[in-house]
Amino acid sequence: MIVRGRGISKGTGSGPVLISAAPISFLSGVDPDTGIIVEIGHPLQGKSISGTVLVFPYGKGSTVGSYIIYALVQNGHAPAAIINREAEPIIAVGAIISGVPMIDRVDIDNPGFRDGIVATVNGDTGELEYEPEAVSGPPA
Amino acid sequence: MHLDKDDELILSGEYGETKAKMMEILFALGKVFGAERMVPIRSAQVSGASYKTIGEWGLKWLQSLEARVVVPTVLNPVGMDRMRWREMGIGYSFAQKQQEVIDAYVRLGVKMECTCTPYYLHITSYGDHLSWSESSAVAYANSVIGARTNREGGPSALAAAIIGKTPEFGLHLVKNRQPQVVIEVSGMETEHETACYGALGYHAGKCVGNKIPVFSGIRPKRDHLKAMGAAMAATGAVALFHVDGITPESRIFKYDVSGLEKISVDRADIMTIFEDVPVDAVAIGCPHCSPEELSQIADLLSGRTVKIPFYVFASRGVIEKYPDAVARIEKSGARVYADTCMVVSPAMEQYQTIMVSSGKAFAYVPNMCGAAVRIGTLEECIDAAAR
Repeated sequence: MIVRGRGISKGTGSGPVLISAAPISFLSGVDPDTGIIVEIGHPLQGKSISGTVLVFPYGKGSTVGSYIIYALVQNGHAPAAIINREAEPIIAVGAIISGVPMIDRVDIDNPGFRDGIVATVNGDTGELEYEPEAVSGPPA
Repeated sequence: MHLDKDDELILSGEYGETKAKMMEILFALGKVFGAERMVPIRSAQVSGASYKTIGEWGLKWLQSLEARVVVPTVLNPVGMDRMRWREMGIGYSFAQKQQEVIDAYVRLGVKMECTCTPYYLHITSYGDHLSWSESSAVAYANSVIGARTNREGGPSALAAAIIGKTPEFGLHLVKNRQPQVVIEVSGMETEHETACYGALGYHAGKCVGNKIPVFSGIRPKRDHLKAMGAAMAATGAVALFHVDGITPESRIFKYDVSGLEKISVDRADIMTIFEDVPVDAVAIGCPHCSPEELSQIADLLSGRTVKIPFYVFASRGVIEKYPDAVARIEKSGARVYADTCMVVSPAMEQYQTIMVSSGKAFAYVPNMCGAAVRIGTLEECIDAAAR
């Protein structure tokens, strides 16, 4: 299925979805050499964002975080694309200077949109395309 | 958000990849903040000049860009005087990396000037749209001059400098510039020392957070307003303030403040931060000194010798324009440095207690320099240091 949001950073990227309920700070929250979330107590602590379609509400922390996204791309550990609930300058600027496709304001409130399914983000059109995973009903 | 034909062409890559990226940044920020169009800017001031802040990857990104700024553009202060870093005790490897960052900006056409007071170098007028980054410069431009700028991040200010425009939102729009809270000051009806206005800003910033305050009961001059705004931007997130009957927009718009929240501040409340403790260094020039401040320091130091390190910080442009005042200050043993300040230079980390005349420095020195801090008037600072 295709849902439409708002294009923030141009380009197209595909990968397995990784959803964070908590905001992400790239400066000191993500290791630029490995792409692993290192913020202590973060729900995704220890997980790699490398190659994922990374979904989180919004960015937090220092504006220098923009350069960490750039570092991740240079090191080959950037997300394939970013989806925010609401874009703010740190992530938007970081995604643009690094060439990571990014969209926001897209309806992902579908139980079939979950970690591990493959999704494609088009930052030019603002579209998100994915095959919702069949959601099993409650056990009989 | 509307882009004109030329902007569309830039965005599509017609004028090269760097310009396309820069337009993409501005367009995205415009969308995020609900701008309807772009407005031309008169000048830019770019943060992210310190190697300590942007690191190796920030430097690599800057070095990858191929474009030139199209409006007068300066940098934020960096960790050292570009010429006299050895004398400041800065190590070679730090100086080398810092110079690489500056060189990367110079390649883009940025002026070799690292200052928080661009308004002393480029004519900045009422109603001008700007893209400035440093918080005290933003507060001064908006409040004292009546120009219009949001507090930009490094990449967005650089993008605006290269494109010559910025998305019109926030403080670029008159409707977003009205006061939101009244600060009624008592006990400061007559003129006071600059440090007192810094202390007022230090106190007020904590009270108002990110709201736009309007002050009554004070008659500050330009240097006083500079000190107030810098301190408020440090302890709060104030990017614009008004002073009743003094600042340009307050005189033009004659705001109706009857329905606003009111906060009362007495001079006695703000003066509690002035304490008499021993110090081992003095640092003046946060924000960078105006020509008047330089000459005032020179007069006060005349015929005296400093017995502890005494730093004065100003922009290179101001230092070069007033060699006489600088020579008179340095004759006392004090040093006048450009490009840097007590908040951002690692040279300040060697001291136990630093005395300042600035409310902003008073807020930042403990965290940024790992030193205790004392605030005093300019005269008290000089008395603490000089025979």
